[in-house]
Amino acid sequence: MARVFDVAIVGAGIVGAACAYACARRGLSVVVLERAGLLAGATGSGEGNLLVSDKLPGPELELALLSNALWRRWAAELAGRYGDLELEPKGGLVVTATAAGLARLRATADDQAAAGVRVEPVDADGLREHEPAIAPGLAGGVRYPQDMQLMPARAAVALLAAARDRGADVRLRTEVTALRRDATGAVTGVETGAGPVTARRVVNAAGAWAGELAGPLGAAVPVTPRRGFILVTEPIPPLVRHKVYSADYLENVASDDAGLQNSTVVEGTPAGTILIGATRELVGFDRRPNPEAVRRLARGAVRLFPALARVRLLRVYHGFRPFSPDHLPVLGPDPRAPGLVHAHGHEGAGIGLAPVTGHLVAQVVTGEAPDVDLRPFDPSRFAVAEGSSRAAA
Amino acid sequence: MPPPDAGTAPAGFTITVDGEPVPVRAGQTVAGALLAAGRRTTRFTRFGERPRGVFCGIGVCFDCLVTHNGVPGVRACLEPAAPGDTVRTQHGAGEVRT
Repeated sequence: MARVFDVAIVGAGIVGAACAYACARRGLSVVVLERAGLLAGATGSGEGNLLVSDKLPGPELELALLSNALWRRWAAELAGRYGDLELEPKGGLVVTATAAGLARLRATADDQAAAGVRVEPVDADGLREHEPAIAPGLAGGVRYPQDMQLMPARAAVALLAAARDRGADVRLRTEVTALRRDATGAVTGVETGAGPVTARRVVNAAGAWAGELAGPLGAAVPVTPRRGFILVTEPIPPLVRHKVYSADYLENVASDDAGLQNSTVVEGTPAGTILIGATRELVGFDRRPNPEAVRRLARGAVRLFPALARVRLLRVYHGFRPFSPDHLPVLGPDPRAPGLVHAHGHEGAGIGLAPVTGHLVAQVVTGEAPDVDLRPFDPSRFAVAEGSSRAAA
Repeated sequence: MPPPDAGTAPAGFTITVDGEPVPVRAGQTVAGALLAAGRRTTRFTRFGERPRGVFCGIGVCFDCLVTHNGVPGVRACLEPAAPGDTVRTQHGAGEVRT
């Protein structure tokens, strides 16, 4: 007799891994089906941002605050046995060069503070106290002590290993091709390249590929890849203490522009390298290099930290964020396919939002009332907007 | 730059590696001279002080780092050796050049 799983999770990135861990620790039987190998998507090509600072008051910020607390708890649970996740509660520092920019930034911070975010206004002198190597001449900024960073590859692997120790079956190089449904339309599992898998619930955690997968699953969602490049420097002694970024990052994240956008995000890692982001482009799964993106990132980083001008780059990599047209995750049960649960569309916030996503998916799978109102994340919300000019094809 | 075997009697000189003379044939890189002298370790890692040396040999892996004339983080495999060069085995990441 073929085994019947409580839940089949499609995708072994950070979100799929978090769903697997959250479900397995509740005693559910779990199978994870990953088309490629480990870390083949955005989880293996990001920075490890756990940010509250880049979110405006609203449903996504609510998720981010819950997830921030959950990451601390999960990292403590996983520490030791599953390796060091390199979780660094270093804080974020958002900076701007102009008085007008600073006024806007402070107004945003006031709104965020009212929504429960800890914010610390920083003047020009304060910037240099917090970041001694930062460029002179900046107007000031805001420090966000709750912002953290971790190593996404280590985190995803630790979550999968912990899920396996709780009985989860992780199958790599197993591509899901279709949803299995019974006569009533209810989900009974999936078809894969290695044969059928029977499960009471199916979770689409396919990241930037969630949109491609959703069609064959009979539950279309307009999630598309949003490409980003990251520069990695040679290891150097500690130079950048916080996650430091320019205020225009917030505007870029919120933008719908398909062309190349860049803002400057600079941070150190425990390995000694400096990571430099971030670009955003809606160009499909185009893996060709973009020298202009690299130039702009390098220029922006040197503008914030002039000492980086003499530091060499080790490499440049790119990845594909799961972009959702209204900038909110796609999270929760799909009314069009009873038994199907969505967990994707986090764009650049997937590492940060993974634990709360896993937790909410586990609540949906067990039939508990979710801790967060899932209506803003409803997977079928795009259906009404289909055909409108905003469709992000 | 002439290939290492150009001419009948390659011009030779020495560089100083951790205070000791190391012979160089004209055209060799620092890594070439170190390997020819039997020196395989160019640096020690930041965590755990583990030895590292030439791995890819083409400037990609950043493993064969040395401190070259006072500048840390120099890839020995790409750096042509020059008369009077002073090379030190690097420990950790070195300092940021400002």
